[in-house]
Amino acid sequence: MAGVAGSTRERSRIAPYLMILPALAYLGIFYVVPFFSLFRTSLSTMGGSVYLPKLTFAWEFGNYARALSEYREQILRSFGYAFCATVLCLLLAFPLAYVIAFKAGRFKNLLLGLVILPFFVTFLIRTIAWKTILADNGWVVSALGSVGLLPQEGRLLSTGAAVIGGLTYNWIIFMILPLYVSLEKIDPRLLEASRDLYGTNRRMFGKVILPLALPGVLAGSLLVFIPSVGDFINADYLGSTKTTMIGNVIQKQFLVIKDYPVAAAMSFILMALILVGVLLYTRALGTEDLV
Amino acid sequence: MTVQATTALTSPGRSFRGSFKLGDFALRAGAALTLVFLFLPIAVIIVFSFNKPAGKFNYTWQGFTLENWAHPFKYPALANALKLSLNVAAVSTAIALVLGTLVAVALVRQRFRGRTAVDTFMVLPLTSPEVVMGASLLTLFLSMGWATGYVTVLLAHVAFEISFIAMTVRARIRGFDWTLEDASLDLGASPLRTFLKVTLPLIVPGIIAAAMLSFALSLDDFIITYFVSGSTVTYPLYVNAATKAAVPPQINVLATAILVISLVLLAVGTLYRRKRIDTA
Repeated sequence: MAGVAGSTRERSRIAPYLMILPALAYLGIFYVVPFFSLFRTSLSTMGGSVYLPKLTFAWEFGNYARALSEYREQILRSFGYAFCATVLCLLLAFPLAYVIAFKAGRFKNLLLGLVILPFFVTFLIRTIAWKTILADNGWVVSALGSVGLLPQEGRLLSTGAAVIGGLTYNWIIFMILPLYVSLEKIDPRLLEASRDLYGTNRRMFGKVILPLALPGVLAGSLLVFIPSVGDFINADYLGSTKTTMIGNVIQKQFLVIKDYPVAAAMSFILMALILVGVLLYTRALGTEDLV
Repeated sequence: MTVQATTALTSPGRSFRGSFKLGDFALRAGAALTLVFLFLPIAVIIVFSFNKPAGKFNYTWQGFTLENWAHPFKYPALANALKLSLNVAAVSTAIALVLGTLVAVALVRQRFRGRTAVDTFMVLPLTSPEVVMGASLLTLFLSMGWATGYVTVLLAHVAFEISFIAMTVRARIRGFDWTLEDASLDLGASPLRTFLKVTLPLIVPGIIAAAMLSFALSLDDFIITYFVSGSTVTYPLYVNAATKAAVPPQINVLATAILVISLVLLAVGTLYRRKRIDTA
């Protein structure tokens, strides 16, 4: 560990603090303070006019009660959609990550490059492209319709399935890469050992590969789930008024209706639910596998 | 994301003999299916950049034309939005790079009280949903009475970039053999020469990877920017407004162009690295 500690020559007591100070100060002002500001807002009452709102801090916990009762449906839906998207990402990403890690040979780097490539196109434009693909008069709908696989309403766009599909598409990269990294780290000798000891393929998968890939599965799940649960673009572009999520509510309350206290309370509910998960995660596995 | 990708790209290839005989085909088919899923929208974007849309929206195929490619900057608002986004990405990345790299080097090289706490704290912004970061920054700016615009967009972008940069650089420089610095000094090189010839070459690839990631994230950011932009229009904000009014095919042209440019840069970078490894 001597290498990590650095050479004694430049070891100084204040040097590290001087190095971290600028960033911590910046994040203090533009990350921590805004959260306090948001928290205060969430416990305030709003008076004044629509054009000149006046917020008064009043320990108004009623905002939380209102947010929870009025938007319970959106909260549950967001967690449901994000959960489905995370599971779909895992199912779609695992074979690809596995093939790249173990079977791609000299095409490994090419495949990794290909996987990253779609994400050089702006998020919104990719989502608009899905709108074209899933359109009512598009070839996907007519193809599914002709084999009788179309859902009852006869359309794909503006359904919950389309929103989940969009969430899956937009964040699958955060599942593929951690999965790939944890699979790639597996020592091939462990697999040989498993085979030499007469382990069947299924047992090798369950007892060797899966446990070793678990950090990747967990990191990927978190990295997909968090942006999915707070998203409002996919629900906005690919969904309908029946598929709105927490993000849509926060966005609308903040920027259109301008009911700041309820919007802030909503943000805090979302944040608190996620934060608990993240802290449990970092406590259990550390931050190393997250990025 | 790029941290994983770049470590993945530079790690030596590894494969093992033998395979799951039964599951092998299913695995490869599954992987191929996912690749198709990944590229379907990209194909649509490229194809529709050659579309001759009938109405205001470029959503259905009407006919082939090269007109859009001949006039990529036909709409000045789109060109200006792209210019502004490039400006914000460059300036915010430059600021965040200094702040983030210092933290990363401190976290890897130094032992100090509260190191673990700083480490966890730096991860938090990465795990906060964008909609909450945007909303909280907006309440701050509102309560301070600041008008939202270019400056607030810049401040917000730096805020989310610092953590990405710190974590990327940290991941890339962890595990380096820092005793090389001692060796250089022991062999009589001056501290400056040691920094230029030993330390800098060790950390520069990590800094470049972090800068590229930060630039890309800034260019693509919609949600946080949406909250703090006021009347300032960045590229993603222009695209969003377009979906409500009119989507010109030039959006697809520029998206395709950005994709091709990134691809060329990626290829050049890979070839350059390979050449350096070969000649080394």
